[in-house]
Amino acid sequence: MSILIQEDTRIIVQGMSGRIGQFHAEDMIRNGTNVVGGVTPGRGGETVLGRPIFNTVAEAVEAVGAQASLVFVPPPGAADAIMEAAEAGLEFAVCVTDGIPSQDMMKVKRFLRRFPAARKMRFIGPNCAGVISPGKGFMGIMPPAIYLPGRVGIVGRSGTLGYEAASQMKSLGIGVSTSVGIGGDPINGSSFRDILELFENDPDTDAVMMIGEIGGPQEAEAAAYARDHMTKPVVAYIAGLSAPKGRKMGHAGAIISAFGESAQEKVEILSAAGITVAPTPSAMGETIARVLGVRQAA
Amino acid sequence: MDIHEHQAKELLGRIGMPVPQGGIAFAPEQAMHEARKLGFPVIVKAQVHAGGRGAAGGVKLCRNEAEVSAFALSLLGRNLVTKQTDANGKPVHRLLVEEATDIAKEIYLGLVLDRKSERIMIVASREGGMEIEDLAEEQPDALIRMVIDPAMGLLPFQSRELAFKLGFTGKQVGQFATVLRACYRAFRDLDATMVEINPLVIKRDGDLIALDAKMSFDTNALFRRPEVAALRDPGQEDPREDAAAEHGLSYVGLEGDIGCIINGAGLAMATMDMITLAGGEPANFLDIGGGASPERVVAAFRTVLSDPNVSVILVNIFAGINRCDWVASGVVQAYRELKLTLPVVVRLAGTNVEEGRRIINDSGLPLISADTLAEAAATAVKSRPSLAA
Repeated sequence: MSILIQEDTRIIVQGMSGRIGQFHAEDMIRNGTNVVGGVTPGRGGETVLGRPIFNTVAEAVEAVGAQASLVFVPPPGAADAIMEAAEAGLEFAVCVTDGIPSQDMMKVKRFLRRFPAARKMRFIGPNCAGVISPGKGFMGIMPPAIYLPGRVGIVGRSGTLGYEAASQMKSLGIGVSTSVGIGGDPINGSSFRDILELFENDPDTDAVMMIGEIGGPQEAEAAAYARDHMTKPVVAYIAGLSAPKGRKMGHAGAIISAFGESAQEKVEILSAAGITVAPTPSAMGETIARVLGVRQAA
Repeated sequence: MDIHEHQAKELLGRIGMPVPQGGIAFAPEQAMHEARKLGFPVIVKAQVHAGGRGAAGGVKLCRNEAEVSAFALSLLGRNLVTKQTDANGKPVHRLLVEEATDIAKEIYLGLVLDRKSERIMIVASREGGMEIEDLAEEQPDALIRMVIDPAMGLLPFQSRELAFKLGFTGKQVGQFATVLRACYRAFRDLDATMVEINPLVIKRDGDLIALDAKMSFDTNALFRRPEVAALRDPGQEDPREDAAAEHGLSYVGLEGDIGCIINGAGLAMATMDMITLAGGEPANFLDIGGGASPERVVAAFRTVLSDPNVSVILVNIFAGINRCDWVASGVVQAYRELKLTLPVVVRLAGTNVEEGRRIINDSGLPLISADTLAEAAATAVKSRPSLAA
């Protein structure tokens, strides 16, 4: 196993006819991802990359049994595309789009709450690199070659910092079960806590690397969850130790605007919850290695 | 994106918010004209995108034309330094001239985008006039919080409940409902991220009025809010950040001397941390974004070098949708075009890394290559001319 994506997950790409959607869908297929079709309103009946295009997500579910969607729709229509995927009964969606208005995301989150737990779509993103289960498939924009298949889960806000962690781990021979980018926006589909829960319940994940940053309450929530409910070790790194208060650091959500939102405070909260915090961003790999080694020895 | 107080008052006033009579002035004569129209005394307020104006000398009660003129002359064209600005302050190019208000009591009212509940949250306190940060620190129990369900909107009972908690009585309860509804409608309909009325004042005659108003907006939503985008005042923003944004770069100027050119916000913050831990100080945050062309990389160099404190540049790229060869070409092009002499440390990883490294090595330029994040940061810190000398 691994989480969210398996070899046989039937994946569609919303916006596959577009230049960017097509580029990344091609990369996904080349790396063995089970892409079964695409959705572009008005282009139903066409074929892209040898896969059928549908006008609606509901048609894709009906015709090819779509289970998951990667959303490459520009900001003005992205929230609508995500809600369409949820209504059509998909189990899972990832949205890479950067620049979705916060109130659109508020609406998406409110919309998802309408569904009973069993039928509620899991949503990851937006403004993220996506999700990869190395060797099985990926939904997103990451370079798959930097990941070694293995048994450590990665969850982080930043795409490139997640790559940094994966490549540090690869150079130490440590592989990844699944890597999840939850995105840099203030309101996002799945939180650190949500993904930690999936990793805790995944028999093929032994430990989790969690990469947070300044701004927002999610790292603190994750710390409480790890302390109270997790048996697997969690290693964390928080970016932004040198970031000034009140300035937005690239990500819409990376801004220190309340107590407990600075990197220093988050490190304290995580440490107090028993989470091992990597002292520097270049020590993410070796810290995971140390924690795994200690565990094997115990 | 922030707007000026007078703009926020205009937006809110149009949908029912009681605000003082007043006018905007760009010159002393205009300020005197506005004051004459209102009758003395008047309040003259510097319009800058920062709080703490009163304590910094940017607000004054003026009793006659001479006082208005003298105050306007002393402010216009100068920079106002408040505790919320940096040491340079923000330029004052406009003044708000308002009727004076008889204050009986000050209340705090703010609406924010709450990341925990993922909804619009009202924050209010009987103690107005203070900065909300100070209020939260000194009297956390005095803050009243209430969340609005986006599917239902602000409900009348919520306004009543809050009004009574804040100690309003009689006609004030209805007036407060109008104030709160205006804040909520402006927030929702204009894609705000913050609306703050501080203070909301109870006048001596018992009526409510918004003495100050502050609004911030979601830049991601400006594409559908042209009326908000039109209120932008570039004079209040760092010109380097604007110039960078035009090239698809995200830039924040800082205090140090190590210029940073990085892809991805998280990696950029982590690289800055690494520099700090290695004993250096970053001069800036800069994210070149995805799919960066050589031209965008050159623009990044120009942006970073517009800061005279920069003595070394660190390029750290972990390419996913970027391409190391494009970035490397951009670095070489920038070095030649801008005739650089300062040390440039380059760390490349990810897509097309071999090709990228070859371009750097074959360029014949004194570019310093690094393989890892740690090595790149340490090398940049060591390469500062002040230390090398």
